[in-house]
Amino acid sequence: MLDQQYEVLSRVPPQTPVSSATKVKGMESSVSKVSSQPSTQGNPKLRVQGFNFFYGPVQSLFKIDLDIPEHQVTAFIGPSGCGKSTLLRCMNRLNDLIEGARYEGNILLDDVDIFNPLIDITDLRKRVGMVFQKSNPFPKSIHENVAYGPRLQGLKNRGVLDEIVERSLRGAGLWEEVKDRLHKSALGLSGGQQQRLCIARALAVKPDVLLMDEPCSALDPIATGVIEELLFSLKKELTVVIVTHNMQQAARVSDQTAFMYLGQLVEFGRTKQLFTNPSKKQTEDYITGRFG
Amino acid sequence: MVQQRHFDEELAELKTKLARMAGLAEDQIDKALAALVTRDAALACEVIERDHKVNAMDVEIDESCIELLALHQPAAHDLRLVTTAMKLSTELERISDLAESICERAIELNEEPQLKPYIDIPRMGSLARVMVKESIDAFVKEDAMLARKVIMDDDFVDDLMEQLFRELLSFMVENPHTISRAIRLSFIAKSLERVADHATNIAELVVYLVEGKIIRHTSPTVQS
Repeated sequence: MLDQQYEVLSRVPPQTPVSSATKVKGMESSVSKVSSQPSTQGNPKLRVQGFNFFYGPVQSLFKIDLDIPEHQVTAFIGPSGCGKSTLLRCMNRLNDLIEGARYEGNILLDDVDIFNPLIDITDLRKRVGMVFQKSNPFPKSIHENVAYGPRLQGLKNRGVLDEIVERSLRGAGLWEEVKDRLHKSALGLSGGQQQRLCIARALAVKPDVLLMDEPCSALDPIATGVIEELLFSLKKELTVVIVTHNMQQAARVSDQTAFMYLGQLVEFGRTKQLFTNPSKKQTEDYITGRFG
Repeated sequence: MVQQRHFDEELAELKTKLARMAGLAEDQIDKALAALVTRDAALACEVIERDHKVNAMDVEIDESCIELLALHQPAAHDLRLVTTAMKLSTELERISDLAESICERAIELNEEPQLKPYIDIPRMGSLARVMVKESIDAFVKEDAMLARKVIMDDDFVDDLMEQLFRELLSFMVENPHTISRAIRLSFIAKSLERVADHATNIAELVVYLVEGKIIRHTSPTVQS
């Protein structure tokens, strides 16, 4: 379905002006392929280009440029209010729901502008899944939680749904713990299990990108460790972008790290480099705990 | 705004311990050379006896570094400082071991008449000693330029070592009775050359500490 849409999009002339409630006056969405070189190692899956974001009159992101490489974990770190969650939420257009929110610039998923009005937002969010700080399972059974997305897409075949549920729960490292109680309420799971269930729910629709906003902040160290281990297997299948306040977590799990401050991208590079020899003093001060 | 951290005090304390250990290692070299030149066996024994103090400081610094890594999970410059300190204390411990070895040879040499006036060995010793001092100064001040100077100076010590070796060889060729003394003196020269190598290693660690660049095992063009 999305492929068909992309075919349609590829026929849209790049200069076609498109009206949109969230579109900034004078900005034209373009679906033309972008061929600039990636600034980090690996093929860019998501490209953020000259991106500004405003909550009403308040600008919260300033000229952000970065490429999120495919099949890698990219971490956003920075003090509270630096705009890392805002940027993450722009990547599947969750901020569209906020009144007065507007943007300038582009975010490209596989070189296609996600803000193009011809993009089906449901399809975008299927391709770019999200896991939040607080686990939010539906008050339904474990099975129904995971099967929810595929069912919404019209899938009814019980056998296929069962397969998807098992594959997703295995992918989220939860299968062995819940396989005997799939039809029990998801609310009976522990916090860590609920968070992995949310990951399984996101995996069920086979996303290309998984956005994680502080996924471990409400979890104990053991549950956190399980999720962190999971990221290493998840990145083989998809691209992960994670926002975290825990710098050691960013250091442990990510391949690339972006340090943001006051709505600006201060430094973006390989995690190994950033945590041993950052190029900017602000980054050094933040990761060594000197930032006040 | 930059915050003062308790961790900074612990890092400062680590640096102080290293400077103290370096002072002790430098003193060991000084005394070893004096014991050789003045043929003072008692002083040589004192140096040998004192080596365990340097060993104990090596262990103490290692333990402090392991604690800092475990409890603070340092990053960036802090991480480079702690890992550099661990390696640096090993270099200093080896310098003290070399001083001990020089003293052992000096005691053996005292059993026979002096083979020749000691000119090049004290010169080598003094150069190596300055290199150790400057490499430690470079560490304390985090001065990569001074560290690079130390690395360059290593060639002078190597040249002196080569010159001294040829001279001792000529003694041995001329008169086989000098062989045991000449060999012991060449061991001492080799030890001093190794002291200079350890100073060079310390200087390379300082460049890593300051610039985050590992320059050991690279060509001089990469090092600069």
